[in-house]
Amino acid sequence: MSDAKIELRNVHKRFGSKVVLDGINLTVPKGQSLVVIGGSGTGKSVMIKCVLGIIRPDRGEIFVDGKNVLKMDQGQREAVLRKFGMLFQGAALFDSLAVWENVAFGLIQGRRMKRKAAREIAIEKLAKVGLGPEVGELYPAELSGGMQKRVGLARAIAADPEIIFFDEPTTGLDPITADVINELIVDRVKDLGATTLSITHDMSSVRKIADRVAMIYKGKIIWEGPRDRIDDSGNDYVDQFIHGRAEGPIGMDVLKP
Amino acid sequence: MNFLAIIGRVVLALLAEIGRLSLFIWQSVSHVFRPPFFWRLVAQQMMRIGYFSLPVVALTAFFTGGALALQIYYGGNEFNSESIVATIVALGITRELGPVLGGLMVAGRVSAAIAAELGTMRVTEQIDALTTLSTNPYKYLVVPRVVAAVLTLPLLVFVADIIGIMGGFVVGTQSLDFNAGVYIKNTADFLKFDDVMSGLIKAGVFGFIIATMGCFHGFNSKGGAQGVGRATTNAVVTASILILAANYVMTSLLFAN
Repeated sequence: MSDAKIELRNVHKRFGSKVVLDGINLTVPKGQSLVVIGGSGTGKSVMIKCVLGIIRPDRGEIFVDGKNVLKMDQGQREAVLRKFGMLFQGAALFDSLAVWENVAFGLIQGRRMKRKAAREIAIEKLAKVGLGPEVGELYPAELSGGMQKRVGLARAIAADPEIIFFDEPTTGLDPITADVINELIVDRVKDLGATTLSITHDMSSVRKIADRVAMIYKGKIIWEGPRDRIDDSGNDYVDQFIHGRAEGPIGMDVLKP
Repeated sequence: MNFLAIIGRVVLALLAEIGRLSLFIWQSVSHVFRPPFFWRLVAQQMMRIGYFSLPVVALTAFFTGGALALQIYYGGNEFNSESIVATIVALGITRELGPVLGGLMVAGRVSAAIAAELGTMRVTEQIDALTTLSTNPYKYLVVPRVVAAVLTLPLLVFVADIIGIMGGFVVGTQSLDFNAGVYIKNTADFLKFDDVMSGLIKAGVFGFIIATMGCFHGFNSKGGAQGVGRATTNAVVTASILILAANYVMTSLLFAN
């Protein structure tokens, strides 16, 4: 497993009596794009936050570049975090800062870069997601949802990360804007040669950005395979999910009228 | 048995909360002394916590000083009232009322604002975003607020002391027909450095309580707008109660002999 960039082994997490992750095993090979699909509340976000160290798992091991991040002290962990970029579901832009400061944030605060140099990089990264320099002067509240996602993407790639996480990159966008975001993701990831882990329930996004696909259900990975195989996975759960059917093995806790 | 179970559950929840708070304070305080330092943010917070609280604190102090003068005059006997009013106003304001009422007013203003701001940042994942941008959220968000509050509260209370005594002076000379020169002389004769100092020490502690409670409840808020509202309320209530409790403890320690 020398080419594994990220590896999760038997990761467990529960909140109170609710088991969220029930022994996750997952490997993201270097330079590949893995997309994890699954319904709401199946533990997708918690899994990503465990890798980032925002949530501490109860049990299991998480390796980044072959090193167990759960056994690191704060300094080592911060060094590992420098390899990461992340695009959040709601973009999570800092609303007290202008757009360019948002994009340059990791450079200025995290890497102690001079504001002027960081600003130039920020404007260059904004251009890469199709936004002009004038957008840099605006504040996040003045932007549409699609533009916020673009700024979020620019911020995620600002420090040229080796690994990028995408948390539902297209949720809440119209289909055309969603496709624009998907294409930007594919292009920018290709530029950087980055390894990516994404979580989504948007199938058009999966078909566009994934090299490999894994499905999470009830805190476990129940299927994993290359993108081309999702239509003939032979797995009833995956079939039900990708076709969006209410009937199937995945029972929704909904009271029928 | 059920009754005992309820008691047990409440005690456990309380202990868990105290544990969480202790960890939070430990994390925050340990980051005060470790670089990098965000001086610009400290200055910004000093403006917001200290400077903008001046009108509220000044008005509180002025009316309290005036009311105190009237109460002592009506409650006491006519003999010596001129010297007693001046003395008790000066001691009451500097030792107790200045720091406590000033602290409570700032708690209402600042704890609420901090909890609402950080709470919103929490539920919109902005605090998680800081972590992914190699910036420690304790260092970036909590430390500047705590440091600014501890530094500015004594200054605010010092101003409150002066204005509170002035309130007593205005009421004494205008409506009680005291001689202005005698009033000032009595104040200066009886007021000691220790009286003022004890109030300023209290103010520093109250500043710590105010900022810590705002940050703690904001940091731990969850569940959208309602959660932020709850965090805000809890921050103000706990900060106010802790200020009153800490005031009692400090009074008993500082004036023990």
